[in-house]
Amino acid sequence: MIRVTLPTHLRTLANVTGPIELQIEEPVTQRAILDALESAYPMLRGTIRDMATKERRPFVRFFACGEDLSHESIDAAVPAEVVTGAEPFRVIGAMAGG
Amino acid sequence: MSEVRVLVGTRKGAFILRSDEGRKDWAVEGPLFPGWEIYHITGTPSDPNRIYASQSGGWFGQLIQRSDDGGKTWETVGNEFAYDGVPGTHQWYDGTQHPWEFKRVWHLEPSPTDADSVYAGIEDAALFHTDDGGKTWHELPGLRDVKGNLWQPGAGGMCLHTILLSPDNPNRIFVAISAAGAFRTDDGGTSWRPVNEGLHSDYELPDAAAEVGHCVHSIALHPSRPNILFMQKHWDVMRSDNAGESWHEVSGNLPSDFGFPIAVHAHEPNTIYVVPITSDSHHFPPDGKLRVYRSRSGGEEWEALTNGLPQSNCYVNVLRNALAVDSLDSCGLYFGTTGGQVYVSSDSGDNWMPIVHDLPAVLSVEVQVLP
Repeated sequence: MIRVTLPTHLRTLANVTGPIELQIEEPVTQRAILDALESAYPMLRGTIRDMATKERRPFVRFFACGEDLSHESIDAAVPAEVVTGAEPFRVIGAMAGG
Repeated sequence: MSEVRVLVGTRKGAFILRSDEGRKDWAVEGPLFPGWEIYHITGTPSDPNRIYASQSGGWFGQLIQRSDDGGKTWETVGNEFAYDGVPGTHQWYDGTQHPWEFKRVWHLEPSPTDADSVYAGIEDAALFHTDDGGKTWHELPGLRDVKGNLWQPGAGGMCLHTILLSPDNPNRIFVAISAAGAFRTDDGGTSWRPVNEGLHSDYELPDAAAEVGHCVHSIALHPSRPNILFMQKHWDVMRSDNAGESWHEVSGNLPSDFGFPIAVHAHEPNTIYVVPITSDSHHFPPDGKLRVYRSRSGGEEWEALTNGLPQSNCYVNVLRNALAVDSLDSCGLYFGTTGGQVYVSSDSGDNWMPIVHDLPAVLSVEVQVLP
């Protein structure tokens, strides 16, 4: 079971309070996780990936296992700990202070 | 007794302000969608409890929210605004051509007769429509055929911010686009043409009287006189007596003819309102005095309305969608500022009072009168 954590705004939008659990067949990739997430929570469509380009939005990051996976290929396998559910796949709103 | 409901969109959420028709005592609800930019929140004439909101943000893009119970509960509806076909290009800041890219929804204009029918004005400028209550949106692409390749974004973005549905002709729509101008369709949105004759942009355009490229900030009309239009342009307050075929200036004795919103009194079609600011580089009121200006003659002769408004050290702005008029017998006016104040006048602008002082910067104000 894949666990996905969302930033505050997206948890509010999806009406969830904690991690989201998703059943995804292997191979588990970022694309597979995001497809499953948007399928289960259609209100998130367009908020993580641009609706037209399907690219990650500029101020969204993907973290897992202490690593920034944002610049990995969307079709690359995610770490084994994410696949087993030991570690969450974290969707992050990038820092933008000032 | 009627209820008055003011819908306020801000940089950090939406607020609903409620009062009776006395408009003296107000209840404040919100923030709704806290932390998000609400460019526009508006009710539907044919079903006042149907409310639409444009919710956006730098991190997570654009959402459209819909309420069917007057703002108590909300659901997200469709947020896919895909340009028709190959989007094409428009002029970029450096003179090159740049692809059309969806950024946000600036304005939502529901049909007066069908709560499921709504027009949306977006950035990069285009007009969209839904006929299923916001589930799906499709572009009216003929608008961008009107020399869209020459449109160039101004500093505020290339946004379609004003949509006027003609009250006497369901096939006629006016729209206004920053740094592009005013446009009209007479066939329900299939074909469009610019309606900018008489506009002069001496400092902004190499050809001051160009067919497109004028920075129109807002347009308004009165339902009883649908061919008379009033415009607040980047500079100049303008009037057309022939549905936009030509315009003439009515800035008259205004202290500055730069501003963003313009509105028409609910019962006096020749009474109009603007909120002048100093200049394009000084987006605050002249002399630090927040003054609404009223003309009872359809322009040219203006009077300052100041009673209850700050007359010293005031340096806020009033944005283009942030001035509204109610339909009560004693006509009410409402405006919100970039300083987070929302003011009300229940007597056509003679006297004002703040409803709230400290909201986030106000982007839009709309008002509903409920039975």
